[in-house]
Amino acid sequence: MSDKTEDIELRLLLEAIFRKYHYDFRGYSMASVKRRLGQAKLHFGCTTFSMLQDRVLHDSTVLPELLSFLTVQVSELFRDPSYFRVLREQVVPHLRTYPSLKVWVAGCSAGEELYSLAILFREEGLEERTLFYGTDINPDALKRAEAGVYGLDRIPLFTENHRKSGGKSSLSDYYTAAYGAAVFDKTLRQRAVFSDHSLVSDEVFAEMQLISCRNVLIYFDVEIQNRAIGLFKDSLVRKGFLGLGAKETLRFSQHAEVFTEFAHNERIYQKQGAL
Amino acid sequence: MAHRVPSPIEAIVIGASAGALETLSLLLPALPRGYPWPLMSVVHLPPDKNSVLAELLRAKCHVDVREAEDKEPICGGTVYFAPPDYHLLVEADRRLSLSSEEAVQYSRPSIDVLFESAADAYGAGLVGVILTGANSDGARGLKAVVDAGGTAIVQRPDQARASAMPQAALDACPDAQVMSIDEIVAYLLEIIPPK
Repeated sequence: MSDKTEDIELRLLLEAIFRKYHYDFRGYSMASVKRRLGQAKLHFGCTTFSMLQDRVLHDSTVLPELLSFLTVQVSELFRDPSYFRVLREQVVPHLRTYPSLKVWVAGCSAGEELYSLAILFREEGLEERTLFYGTDINPDALKRAEAGVYGLDRIPLFTENHRKSGGKSSLSDYYTAAYGAAVFDKTLRQRAVFSDHSLVSDEVFAEMQLISCRNVLIYFDVEIQNRAIGLFKDSLVRKGFLGLGAKETLRFSQHAEVFTEFAHNERIYQKQGAL
Repeated sequence: MAHRVPSPIEAIVIGASAGALETLSLLLPALPRGYPWPLMSVVHLPPDKNSVLAELLRAKCHVDVREAEDKEPICGGTVYFAPPDYHLLVEADRRLSLSSEEAVQYSRPSIDVLFESAADAYGAGLVGVILTGANSDGARGLKAVVDAGGTAIVQRPDQARASAMPQAALDACPDAQVMSIDEIVAYLLEIIPPK
């Protein structure tokens, strides 16, 4: 059976974005990409993916907006509080044994997860010895992560999450409210580096004790998932930790045997000690 | 297209909201072990709740009932529920995908998102079923099932615990087959191919 016209166009559009701008979405979960590009199509007033392809090839100003459709940016501070609770209660005691720490938030979006970890590490007295890396492919998201400004309307949820995660301080200690926004304390990102990095095409850049990559892998097909998990495996120190999203699993990965399950419900894995 | 030869069925998708547990408890236990088709389902639940739906229904069912995992290959004889707070999608290669992108019409998981992706993957091989519910999620999705040549079934609104959702689906798909729960059960059993 021949491919549907729309699917041919979709593949060509992704190929065009890759060849022209080096953003590679060809290995993403197609059902979701198709949905989001369908919304982009409407937004740009195009009736076909071919029209959208024409637009993005000949007008580079379209790209940043198109990227905001292609990359999902939905997060919260301390999202899934039990994840942070287990990090705090079970992973932090292991991390304390290292004189210096590197933590990588892969696919950091607008920085919610990185600020959560920075707060947690401060509460646990680990901040001084830690360097945080927040990486994403979307430059706009990285800018927002660096700014650390979130809508004031989201603060009640963040506060509740932080409390449920076993927070030892008040979240209000870490931001100032101004003009409908919560501006997070600059000192939280003193030890953070935000940079452009693609799990699809870039390589290992440092040796990590903890990698948190939650609700990112679900947007990849199995092949790219394997590549990303391979990067995590190669980046982690022996006995290093990998945290995934609440519904993500290493079960279907070729690297599954390199990791042991550290906390099943919270999807925290530990790289095995033996070589 | 009136004399279209019916395509072989490949999968069934079910959407339900208010009154879902009770209605699904009448439907799913009727399916025999080894039922040939996979069933994917979105039921609206409070987002902060860990889903007990699969567990509750598993005990009553002969088919396998579970919460979907990302990139899980789809197997017959299994009911996959979208986990709370994630959209469930079907990939062209017959695997399931989860997504935490924005809620659609205040719903995540969204019935529309499941139905539209499944219609795209299975085309005429898909059966879409809209049951009880108090909102209009699923109407667009069922329309996508029909547009792709699939079969649309809607629970009789006057018999549903909440009529808004089946009514909205009917408004969007006037040619959908309207059935009681007993008739839907009979249909799901009828489509089992003879051995």
